[in-house]
Amino acid sequence: MNEIKVKVKDLSLWYGTNHALKSISMDIPEKMVTAFIGPSGCGKSTFLRTLNRMNDLIDNVTIDGEVCIDNINIYDKDIDVVNLRKKVGMIFQKSNPFAKSVYDNIAFGPRINGISQKSILDEIVERSLKQAAIWDEVKDRLFNSALSLSGGQQQRICIARSLAVNPEIILMDEPASALDPISTAKIEELIHELKKEYTIIIVTHNMQQAARTSDLTALFYMGDLIEMNRTEVIFSNPAKKQTEDYISGRFG
Amino acid sequence: MARGTGKVAKSDIVTFNKKKFRFSDWFAEKVIKSVAFLSIAIVILIFVFVFREAFPIFRMDKKVAASSELMVQESYGGSDSGSTEKVADNQVGNSNKTQTPGDSPSSTLLSKTWMPVSDNPRYGMLPLFLGTLKVTLIALLFAAPLSILAAIYTSMFAKPRIREVIKPVIELLAGFPSVVIGFFALMVLASVFQNIFGYASRLNSFVGGIAMGLAAIPIIYTLTEDALTAVPKTFTEASLGLGASRRQTAFYVVLPAAVPGIFAAVVLGLGRIFGETMIALMATGNAAMISMNPFDSVRTLSATIGAEMAEVVFGDTHYNVLFLIGSLLFIFTFALNALAEFYFKNMVIRKYQSKK
Amino acid sequence: MNRNLKDTIVEGITGVSVLLIIFIIVSILAITIVGGWPKLNWTFLSEFPKDGMTKGGIFPAIIGTAVMTIIMAVAAVPFGVITAVYLAEYASEKSVVAKTIRFAVKTLAVVPSIIFGLFGLGFFIGFIGKNMDGLLNGGVLKWGQPNILWASFTMALLTLPVVIVSVEEAIRTIPREMREASLALGATKWQTIKSVVLPGSISGILTGTILAVSRGAGEVAPILFTGAAYFLSTLPHSLNDQFMSLGYHIYIMSTQSSDVDATLPIQFATTLVLLLLTFSLNAVAVVLRYRIRKRAK
Repeated sequence: MNEIKVKVKDLSLWYGTNHALKSISMDIPEKMVTAFIGPSGCGKSTFLRTLNRMNDLIDNVTIDGEVCIDNINIYDKDIDVVNLRKKVGMIFQKSNPFAKSVYDNIAFGPRINGISQKSILDEIVERSLKQAAIWDEVKDRLFNSALSLSGGQQQRICIARSLAVNPEIILMDEPASALDPISTAKIEELIHELKKEYTIIIVTHNMQQAARTSDLTALFYMGDLIEMNRTEVIFSNPAKKQTEDYISGRFG
Repeated sequence: MARGTGKVAKSDIVTFNKKKFRFSDWFAEKVIKSVAFLSIAIVILIFVFVFREAFPIFRMDKKVAASSELMVQESYGGSDSGSTEKVADNQVGNSNKTQTPGDSPSSTLLSKTWMPVSDNPRYGMLPLFLGTLKVTLIALLFAAPLSILAAIYTSMFAKPRIREVIKPVIELLAGFPSVVIGFFALMVLASVFQNIFGYASRLNSFVGGIAMGLAAIPIIYTLTEDALTAVPKTFTEASLGLGASRRQTAFYVVLPAAVPGIFAAVVLGLGRIFGETMIALMATGNAAMISMNPFDSVRTLSATIGAEMAEVVFGDTHYNVLFLIGSLLFIFTFALNALAEFYFKNMVIRKYQSKK
Repeated sequence: MNRNLKDTIVEGITGVSVLLIIFIIVSILAITIVGGWPKLNWTFLSEFPKDGMTKGGIFPAIIGTAVMTIIMAVAAVPFGVITAVYLAEYASEKSVVAKTIRFAVKTLAVVPSIIFGLFGLGFFIGFIGKNMDGLLNGGVLKWGQPNILWASFTMALLTLPVVIVSVEEAIRTIPREMREASLALGATKWQTIKSVVLPGSISGILTGTILAVSRGAGEVAPILFTGAAYFLSTLPHSLNDQFMSLGYHIYIMSTQSSDVDATLPIQFATTLVLLLLTFSLNAVAVVLRYRIRKRAK
């Protein structure tokens, strides 16, 4: 097992009075793929969003506990959330490229970091698109609107956009749920490539996808972490009855 | 960015364990927050400056208090006793000040005569008040039922495609400058109505009222339509599902549920009519007289300001009185808006909650 | 009474109300067009009024209205956009400050336009202008009197809510995912507003500006005593000159002209010009707004 990248201790989250995450603790290793599975509303996406403090944007959320990334608790008072998010990128369920050209989408991150030199930007754009395995498809239309691409391409553009800011962790919130099987396969292949350099945490409700792509799997149910283990263990020999029921399709 | 302007090379590890001070963000937030306060500041400034110019009327009152002893009795319906007492209190201290001949301006404020430009100017606002009230009533009686009925048709009976046409067309009326409506009333409505009703003065409160009603129609219509559409669909569907007709659903289910919203619409329409200046100036005849006859000329509060402000001397009593009228208009529309905003809105919220 | 008959009657009455309103709108339009069309030509648009305003055109009134609304927009739009950004992006819905600002904006939207005129007179001319004269010109009257700058500023206050409402509506149609995408890339709040929210609200800002210009071009009460002039033989060439305006021209021509009947064609044509102006501006705004709302769905 690789070194621990993210260490979560007794994390609880409330939406108003609704206790959405109940004292979650887990260790997420570096440069591996960790998948969160569970029925909808189980808290897996909410939990994912606590890892780059995306829940800060929602009113009325209370969070208790610790999330340590590289041994720094990201819920400390003095944390710089903006820089945290540069380190912890995020891919959303619905691909959300900006209504700008492909180039401007990828260059968005570098530009807000103050990079304006054309040659450097060109280099970053090319490198990111190549990493996201979409360079060949878009290299001739870098200046067309990103919205003119297909759904699967758009999602890979979003991945490339996030790679362009050099994150260390990439959070993926059901990145392929809206895509066709071929696009899904491409994304999964990409995840496999990316884990060589990045720590990847993916939320999915597709158990096959979790089985195919992840090294570790965690099952959530009603705001509780039921079980977390190596993926092959979860799918072949789970410790808990609930996990067995879920993966065999008896609930959820 | 405080220091992020350099290249972000891979080795330049982004640290997040300490809050960074980002000047542009800090500055933008400060600017945005301060500018947002401007709206509040403007409202307060309007209060302050309109009242400030109106205020001397009461000070002048003190100056001439001694000479006005007799006149106080003359004031209409008894100006409120509190201020009379104050006047009396101040008499001793001020009696040696310059005394203006004639009535004290404030003592005439409640009289029946508006004659600001004369040797013995009289600033009786009563005819202006009653005139405004009369025109407003006519306008509201015309505009409110018409707009509400039209809104009911639009939201309850019209087919979606027809609704898509009706709504923008009626809302076009909101884009007519009031001077255009005033011109139409002055040139067309006045003659048409004169032919129909055969009254003597061509411009009168009826013509003015109808024209001002036109200005209020889009407000009342749009807000009523919104209120009707805001009634939860489940209400309508339940009613229709029970076999009620569209009309029965409209009158027994949707309309009662939307009443607070419709009230708010009428109140805001009222505010618009009350403060309307150009139409009043052009179509009401502008004679400050007290009469119940809808076909007599009137002079409204706002038209008085519009017509006379350009001719008064800066800082003159007449000037102050016009600002006093402005203050009253402002307080009144402010109160109407607050009423629509807080009272009726709360009613709407309570209504839907209790039915949940 | 038969239920079906009742239904028909009610539908009929409400339907007739709609028709009556539309009839009035069409009448105003038709009468203005019929009355104004014959006089409307290039000479009318490009000439100064002549012979005690009984002949000639309305050129200075068109220019005056245009200049006034431009200054007004320059003053109102930035403030309106910033306030809208505050309300949509910074203020939490429940905060007292946001509620107070909202109430203030609504108040500004319903305050009678003549009150703005009074305020302009008392504040801009009587207070700011007088003090400027005292400080800058040694008391010589220059800014302490009605002029196009004060009239435009007065009008800007009146149209501020129009801008705020349009822009806020547009900002709120920008999907949350777009903001999240930007923030997840490590953009700060201001960077997100600057490079995602504002570019996405361009059409809303444009709509607000157009609506404000249309409103400002048509309003007369606020400029009655803050800068509009009865007649000027030259165009305004500095900010402390008075100006002629279309709306004010209609008002004085129809109520104070030496010969109202003889100048009737001029009045109708002026009204037609004003109506065409506000109308076409509104039409553009309606189309833009329709497109924004469609995006929201």
